[in-house]
Amino acid sequence: MIAPHIPILRQGQVYKSLDTQTVNKLGSDEPAAEISFACADMIKYDIQNMGSAREALKKFSGEELVEITKKAGELFLNGDLPIGTEGELQSPEDYVFSLAATSGLPHSLIRFNMRRLGGLFGQIDDIFKGLSRGLEWSVLDRGYGEQGGAPVSFSPTTNELAVILPSNSPAVNALWIPAIAMKVPVLLKPGREEPWTPWRIIQAFIKAGCPPEAFSLYPTQHDGSGAIIRRAGRVMLFGDDSTVKQYENDERVEVHGTGYSKFVIGEDEIENWESYIDSMVESVSANSGRSCICTSTIVVPKYGDEIAHALSKKLCEIKPLPQDDPEAKLSGFANPKFAEWIDEAVEEGLQSDGARDITADYRDGARFVERDGMNYLQPTIVRVDSFDEDLALREFLFPFASVVECPQSDVVEKTGYSLVMTAVTKDVEWINELFDHPEIERLNIGNVPTNRISWNQPHEGNLFDFLYTRRSFAFAESA
Amino acid sequence: MTVDEAKAQLDERVREMMSWHFSEETGCPFWLDWKSETGWDPREEVKSYDDIVKFPHFQDEWLRDEKNERFVPNAYKGRPFNVFETGGTTGLPKQRVGWDDYKHDYEQFSEQLSEEFFPKGGNWIMVGPTGPRRLRLAVEHLANVRGGSCYHVDLDPRWVKRLIKRKELDQVERYQAHVMTQAVEIIKHRDISCIFTTPRLLASIGERISISDHGIKGCFCGGTSMTPEYVRFLQEEVLESRAQFVPTYGNTLMGLAVSIPSELPEKGYSVTYYAPQPRAVLRIVDADNTEVTKEYGEYGRVELTTLSHEFFMPRFLERDEAIRRKPHEKYAWDGVGDVRPFGALTKKVIEGVY
Repeated sequence: MIAPHIPILRQGQVYKSLDTQTVNKLGSDEPAAEISFACADMIKYDIQNMGSAREALKKFSGEELVEITKKAGELFLNGDLPIGTEGELQSPEDYVFSLAATSGLPHSLIRFNMRRLGGLFGQIDDIFKGLSRGLEWSVLDRGYGEQGGAPVSFSPTTNELAVILPSNSPAVNALWIPAIAMKVPVLLKPGREEPWTPWRIIQAFIKAGCPPEAFSLYPTQHDGSGAIIRRAGRVMLFGDDSTVKQYENDERVEVHGTGYSKFVIGEDEIENWESYIDSMVESVSANSGRSCICTSTIVVPKYGDEIAHALSKKLCEIKPLPQDDPEAKLSGFANPKFAEWIDEAVEEGLQSDGARDITADYRDGARFVERDGMNYLQPTIVRVDSFDEDLALREFLFPFASVVECPQSDVVEKTGYSLVMTAVTKDVEWINELFDHPEIERLNIGNVPTNRISWNQPHEGNLFDFLYTRRSFAFAESA
Repeated sequence: MTVDEAKAQLDERVREMMSWHFSEETGCPFWLDWKSETGWDPREEVKSYDDIVKFPHFQDEWLRDEKNERFVPNAYKGRPFNVFETGGTTGLPKQRVGWDDYKHDYEQFSEQLSEEFFPKGGNWIMVGPTGPRRLRLAVEHLANVRGGSCYHVDLDPRWVKRLIKRKELDQVERYQAHVMTQAVEIIKHRDISCIFTTPRLLASIGERISISDHGIKGCFCGGTSMTPEYVRFLQEEVLESRAQFVPTYGNTLMGLAVSIPSELPEKGYSVTYYAPQPRAVLRIVDADNTEVTKEYGEYGRVELTTLSHEFFMPRFLERDEAIRRKPHEKYAWDGVGDVRPFGALTKKVIEGVY
């Protein structure tokens, strides 16, 4: 397939910009796509007019939009969908190849994420019920109704949900898909190397009968992203701790930051640690370790060395393989510099006497390796002596975790924020203490890998609460 | 005028300016002292524009470090001068003295404007940096020459640059909104046909009102670089293809390089500017060897030479780069196209802030 032109979508209308960039296939000069770039002022103009996009969605009932969403999921997984501006079609396999060519993700991981995303469309009813705590769709149609016997009314907080998408993780598109059934148009800024997934989802929705006005897609530069963040009514973005801090008092902006997810084993279960190694391996390495729900710190009361060695042995089986190898689980880096920077940061932490790279004893070659013109970071387990070590609470974009010994009684105090915590224990008192801890967003009790989440329970922000606000209301009897 | 005629006219101008600026009766102390210190006489050695490379690059720091009086030509001695400032986010800004140059430049520019879009007798509004800038007087003079009056709304770019450096982007937006409120009020309640502003401010006004619906037919714009896509956006969406967009390239040291607005759509909105030759000359040079002129179609650094009776400035290297473009039938000398900040592709530049 020739390199398609990915245009700007302005409320579904195709717009070919004079400002274009070519994205090449990684490790080659062969173009994978030509992308139209939007200027910041154009985006500002369009945001002002998003009310008409919402009007287009409001013409559909919630039930109709649910059906459209479910159908869109099937089309996303199996359909031949438009790509580019010349009437070309993209098959599911074309999508896999295109995304692999620009993102460095192995085909197997793309297919895994594709299934995960496809499944989400089908669960839209459950997701909405989970997020809204059991609301009927009809309440959004009318604006008011009943929930659990109490009168309720909800009004939208915005005419658009803007999402600044990253280049390294197609699965994050899951965050905005339910907004359509909730009658809120989306305004997406794709990552430079990953226009493929948002584009395909949009096309699936449109083919399933959704009004095109509900979708705006703006590939843009830094100033365009800034315009979106400052102007859109609701914004989701991804960033590090400093980004989280920057927007902590801005109710319009939800930052998905570092997860600092943890796998902890209680004193009552530590003698069985060998039974949990597979769960820990999955938690660290799922999605090539690139999700905020991947474990980055493992906390145990004892056997830290033994666990670090056992994990290292297993994780070192994950090696850089050709992208189309069905066994490939490790992603290359679209931006080769990222791999170098991350490797340097890990090495800096290892300068301390209290931090040791246990995987170095088991893996082939160095952590940083090149293959087929791409840079990879091989899985790494670091045994640290305490939480004071730089690497104890760090998260990187590859399978990386520290193993630290800590008395169970100190876990809550020492671990701080966790997007996901898996606690393997049956100690009721400790479980109650963990449930009482406000800095754990999602808590798994028992042997559940941290990467396994359920869409009907928000683990980081609640989309319904983000997009709707409850009001009180009354009708006069004569009304 | 043919290309050869334009070249002959420029060479003649160069000889005239050498004679003017390096003669005791008419030259200024700065250049006369320079001649004594360097030990060569440009009147003897610079006989054409090609000889201009015998001068070193003019350093704009001289406009800050030297007293303004040293740039007053002896021919103008005793005539009070205007002081125009450029740049100067911090510390003492660079200043240029002047008398009538801005009037000549803008009268010449006025002749290029279409009567359909910039009607004679129509009032103007200027939204942008006023204060000590040449533009403040120049735009008003342009309006007056065309038989209209000019309203002004000020914006202080130095403050905006400081806010951006401090990453206070909310303050930038608030300040811009403050400026916009004033501009929109005037546009709504006064009869205005023409506007001068910067691209960003134009877009910002267009966010608030339909510019064309409020009677504005022509927009003369300058101040920052614009990509073809941005020019297209301003013409087709902000001005709704109903008012004419006239991009210009200029500054206090040069005057005004003009474009050919009617040709923008067919040229893919790529803007080419032509200097007000022979009063000023733009040359696209190799950034690493500035004596070498780049080939047509190539990007290079913009070098400006100003050749007026009031001010002589040889080979000043602008902070911009551009594509060298061929002469046009309307302007028989080189143009500069798709201007952008010098090094835009390799470093971050605070530019286009207002």
